Amino acid sequence: MTEKLVVFDGVEKRFGDFTAVKKMNLEIGSGEFVAIMGPSGCGKTTTLRMLAGLEAPSAGEIRQNGRVMNDVKPHERDTPLVWQSLALFPFLTARENVEFGLKMRGVGAAERKKSALEWLEKLGIGEFADRDISTLSGGQKQRVALARSLVMKPEILLLDEPLSALDAHLVIRMQAVLTQLQRELGITFVYVTHSQSEAFAMADRVVIMSNGEIAQVGKPKDIYRAPANRFVAEFVGRNNILTGTITTLADDAATLSTPQGEFLLDTSATTLRQGEEVSFVISADLVHISLEAPKAENRVQCTLISEEFVGSMVTLFLESSDGHEFKVQMQERELSKFDLRNDAQIWLSWDTNSAHILDQE
Amino acid sequence: MSSNRTQNILLPIYVGLIFAFVFAPIIFSIIFSFNSQRFPTIPLGSFTTEWYVKILNDPDVWEAALNSLIVSVSTAFIATFLGFCTAYSDYRYNFRFKGPYLALILLPPTIPLIIMALAMLAWLSKIGVSGQLWSIVIAHSVLTAPFAMAIIRLRLHQMDPDLESASWNLGGTEWGTMRHVIVPFCKPAIVSALCLTAAVSFDEFAVSWFVSGLNKTLPVLILEIVQGNIDPQVNAIGTFVFLTSMTLVIVAQLFFLSRQTKSSI
Repeated sequence: MTEKLVVFDGVEKRFGDFTAVKKMNLEIGSGEFVAIMGPSGCGKTTTLRMLAGLEAPSAGEIRQNGRVMNDVKPHERDTPLVWQSLALFPFLTARENVEFGLKMRGVGAAERKKSALEWLEKLGIGEFADRDISTLSGGQKQRVALARSLVMKPEILLLDEPLSALDAHLVIRMQAVLTQLQRELGITFVYVTHSQSEAFAMADRVVIMSNGEIAQVGKPKDIYRAPANRFVAEFVGRNNILTGTITTLADDAATLSTPQGEFLLDTSATTLRQGEEVSFVISADLVHISLEAPKAENRVQCTLISEEFVGSMVTLFLESSDGHEFKVQMQERELSKFDLRNDAQIWLSWDTNSAHILDQE
Repeated sequence: MSSNRTQNILLPIYVGLIFAFVFAPIIFSIIFSFNSQRFPTIPLGSFTTEWYVKILNDPDVWEAALNSLIVSVSTAFIATFLGFCTAYSDYRYNFRFKGPYLALILLPPTIPLIIMALAMLAWLSKIGVSGQLWSIVIAHSVLTAPFAMAIIRLRLHQMDPDLESASWNLGGTEWGTMRHVIVPFCKPAIVSALCLTAAVSFDEFAVSWFVSGLNKTLPVLILEIVQGNIDPQVNAIGTFVFLTSMTLVIVAQLFFLSRQTKSSI
């Protein structure tokens, strides 16, 4: 079996006493869009910098196309990076910035210029080719930075929080540009971000990191529906985490007693013990609401605290009688069927098989 | 309100006086260089360019001017190169004793010139290179390199730390990055440092006088003329030296203040 494009094999990175990345094993396939996500300081940027050769692993091996890359100098690699700071050369024009990598590779002036203009055109900023970098807007600079990396025709493109400096509406536009480019070019994207929405919107596979370790790797939907542990569940957000003790065990079901009430769990995939402390997560969009007490297996009565609208989606923030926060996500037109005001008493309910049991640590 | 008014009146006067004391002697020197009278007294005589004609026909002045030119241009390049290297070593690397290293580099301008001059003379004659034109170049480079380093260091601190890595990431070698990223980025500061070190060297008297031997620079020549007698030629030479230095300093300022200058690689 041939190896994947990029392999992290027990990679570790220490800075003095601090271990930024711990024993990482990760494979990235050709043409994949992988997002590495986590809070700041989780080691995601260090991982990316090791892939670009800007940091050397303290232990383990990074292989690209089967070749051990640990000691390969950055300039001998084919891993262009789009920087968080963009790191455009301020003393060059947009076109000269894009040409830079080709110039370093010894490509002739005429050919450089042609390729640079092609890429600027492709990214829709051809008319700004001869402008000074300082005269461009944030979105335009972003595209120059992207063109500067892509003109190298890399096998793999690294992106380090490239959209973090942009306005919200530009972020959405650039996300579309990036996904489309990635599909079209078929090259591997490794995208580091702290933003769940960016990672989930674009990536084929998401790697969630915490304290230098991989907490979970999976398709966005799987991570959202079935977070591996409490850290992932909390980091992903927009879900409800409930913790309690197992009181009764049946064949494929268990009853969990929590401060918010008694709930049923489907135990066909796990084994639980009587009296064990268990947490489960239920996605905010899988929770139903009603004004009358529903005839559901799992229900809890809450007080409405606030509503948050994002486009046609609305998130309700509620509180149970013991002060636990619940979130419910639904279409705005669904919500308009109910006449809700703040402090309204609402019943929440969900299907037992919507609940996902978290690995206990 | 009233204190504000007092301030509005007194402050301009105060600033005006400072400039007057700084520039009046120079301006008078320029005026007297066009004055027909031999002694610098008021009332002035008639307008004349006699003294300028005289210095233009004096081979000693020409030789001193040429010496000054060679010394200041060589000094500028050597000092700026040294200054750039030290500034870059400070920017790029962390090492033990970096504090003392930087302190030592910045030390020369704090040493009294006369001490520096004597020490230079003693040292250069000990190793057998005193009394040459390039003795002055060596001494001036030591004296002015810290200025160059300070200017270039400031510029490097304005640089996005990712810029260098970005160049490596795009296939630039260490030297390629130096040539195509670091130097172009520092160009305004480098030009500024060149002008400033040239100006300081062009003006400098004490060290030049001690180590020059028979190779007189313009400031040394002025002193020799003044020692003999009062000669308005001095004013003419002085005017020339002043204008040269002033031009260099102004050019240095202009480049230093322009943060974003474009250049093509």
